Amino acid sequence: MPELGRAALVAALGLAIYALLAGGLAAHRRKRRLARSAQNALVAAFVATAVAAIVLVAALARRDFSFVYVAQLTSSDLPLPYALSAFWGGQEGSLLLWLLVLTGLGAAAVVTGRRVGEDVIAWVVPVIAGVATFFALLVVAVESPFATQVAPAEGAGMTPSLQNPYMVAHPPLLYLGYVGLTIPWAFAMGALLARRVDERWIVATRRWTLLAWGFLGLGQLVGAKWAYEEVGWGGYFAWDPVENAALMPWLAATAFLHSVMIQEKRGMLRAWNVVLVVLAFSLSIFGTFLTRSGILNSIHAFAESPIGAWFLTFITLVVAFSLYLFFSRLPLLRSKTRLESLVSREATFLYNNLLLVALSLTVLWGVLFPILSEAVRGEQRTIGPGYYNFFLQSFGLPLLLLMGIGPLIAWRRASLRALRRTFAWPMGAALAAGVALLALGAGSSPLGLVAYTFAAFVLGSIVHEFVRGTSARKALGAASWPSAFGQLVSHNRRRYGGYVVHAAIVLLAIGVIGSSLYQTVREEELRPGQAMTAGPYTLAYSSLERRQAANAEELRAVLVVSRGDRDLGTIEPGKNRYPVEQQNSNEVAIRSDPLTGEDLFVIADQIDEDGTVYFKVFVKPLVNLIWLAGVVFVLGTLITLWPDAREARRLAARSALAPSET
Amino acid sequence: MIALALGALLAALCVVWVALPFLREPEPADDTLAAPGARRLALLEERDRALAALKELEFDHRTGTISDEDYRASVGALRRQAAETLRAADAHAA
Repeated sequence: MPELGRAALVAALGLAIYALLAGGLAAHRRKRRLARSAQNALVAAFVATAVAAIVLVAALARRDFSFVYVAQLTSSDLPLPYALSAFWGGQEGSLLLWLLVLTGLGAAAVVTGRRVGEDVIAWVVPVIAGVATFFALLVVAVESPFATQVAPAEGAGMTPSLQNPYMVAHPPLLYLGYVGLTIPWAFAMGALLARRVDERWIVATRRWTLLAWGFLGLGQLVGAKWAYEEVGWGGYFAWDPVENAALMPWLAATAFLHSVMIQEKRGMLRAWNVVLVVLAFSLSIFGTFLTRSGILNSIHAFAESPIGAWFLTFITLVVAFSLYLFFSRLPLLRSKTRLESLVSREATFLYNNLLLVALSLTVLWGVLFPILSEAVRGEQRTIGPGYYNFFLQSFGLPLLLLMGIGPLIAWRRASLRALRRTFAWPMGAALAAGVALLALGAGSSPLGLVAYTFAAFVLGSIVHEFVRGTSARKALGAASWPSAFGQLVSHNRRRYGGYVVHAAIVLLAIGVIGSSLYQTVREEELRPGQAMTAGPYTLAYSSLERRQAANAEELRAVLVVSRGDRDLGTIEPGKNRYPVEQQNSNEVAIRSDPLTGEDLFVIADQIDEDGTVYFKVFVKPLVNLIWLAGVVFVLGTLITLWPDAREARRLAARSALAPSET
Repeated sequence: MIALALGALLAALCVVWVALPFLREPEPADDTLAAPGARRLALLEERDRALAALKELEFDHRTGTISDEDYRASVGALRRQAAETLRAADAHAA
């Protein structure tokens, strides 16, 4: 069936080009039926891409090695879920996934966004279609997943480290985030093209932005979990350029989600919001370029990459188009409202925006510097974690503090007396936590102590907000405390869902600080029968065992773990050998304590023939709060995303009251 | 052969779907894209923003985020603003 896949992609390309040209013409000449036809073409492009995707999925499921792509990434003994995950394991499949998600989200956003006004939607369609045309062109003419060959007897198999459940979920989540950021950008560009910069584009894209941002955040956490369990160096984030590629647009989108509220509440920052949405989308395309062009290996690999030059041209066009539109429509974006006070909620949002953008651009410079230095000086100079950690601390600590300050300050202005009263409780909680932590020995890292004190302040302010809000709802007549709490959240999902997301970020910060600044590391070479200690744990090496798994030979060092007099059972770090792929992998052993959130993390770094093993052992306090943060993050995002019937009615009434001008 | 037939079917369905707006309305009375009135929409957005600000101020006052002093300093101006936007929206509608 490769012919069907190829034909479907050619159809998708044709439909995307039609949606671009017909949509542009319809919007320019204000032709209703042609605009609808272009919208239908975008929907049809999704259907055609879905057909191509089904063909590839079927080939992967059947291990049809006559498809070059399938033979390069799978083997007969590869378990089915991993074989299917090869869809996004290679270049061609990843590009097809980009196109599938883009046309799917684009069609859904256009169809559901029709109520905001045909005039804006008419321009959104050709913008989305322009991006779809680029990706369709890549999968049709440059990197087709449907190239065929005489089927070899066996496929090359999948890189062992990719054979992990988290790696099955990580790339599609990230793609949903990257691609999802196309939607707010397309609506912003559509509004500028239509010269209608009212709030409609923001209302139409609010949930799409949140969805993309949520997926991007969750995708990064799942990727961190994969790195922690599978890559096995003892960490979860290494400031690798591929990791940074996802972090940069997420930071820009976080800034956008905050600043857009100022536009809705105060009518301010219209131009800044367009800048942020352009930055977030450009960084998402840049992230895809980084991971797909080969430029991270070297400039030479980039020059040899078939898609590198295409991506660079596309990014240049996107940025040039966005900037042209921005500057040409700048007079329309001027705001009449001004900031009334530097001590107000909108001011804290503004500070948070500046810090988030500064952090995003700092990371961008860290990613670009080695590439530029190689291009200019011929030698690749790397930027180490020290650079990133310095800026993370410099911008991250004030950001953490602002998360606690923002909710306590009123919109417009706040008096000193009001500040003293609202800050008293969270400040008290923070000081008490700081003193308690100092007594518990957290002073061994002054940075950690300060960060934990800030974290306590933020958690204090969040709890304070929920308590005061629930009390106010109860006073307004709620039947019971749970009902008052329910009403509080349901009447302002964005505000209180946002606080839940803030709580997730605090949990993340606590986990990261605990597992990095307060971790214990021990390395020792042991023979069977010998033991070592790491923090409060004793690890006795009992034996080395060999086993045969479905597609790998397993070698495991069995360690008996105890803490004081308490026997904690055994853990088995080791290595896997994959005969088809001709590769080895490190298989770490992790023992989690659900009560303290601590992990005992063991790597069998080197295993000798005589059974001697070089162990690397980490004790990571609070590391599990990072994964818990993921759950809370999803909960908070869902609360903010949940449809609000009252708001929908208000917006519908507004649309009904604004009669059409034809 | 099956692939060819499926490809042709897909292409035919896409063409019909794309042409549907013209097939449904071969000769429409009006084929112009509608757009809400800009001035009216701006006034309605202003009105909704002012009313939402007033509502938020009231709630923040109840929760104690805003002191009595700050509330008194803000509420008058916000009420005037809300009344002005309501009047302006009504006047434009009339």
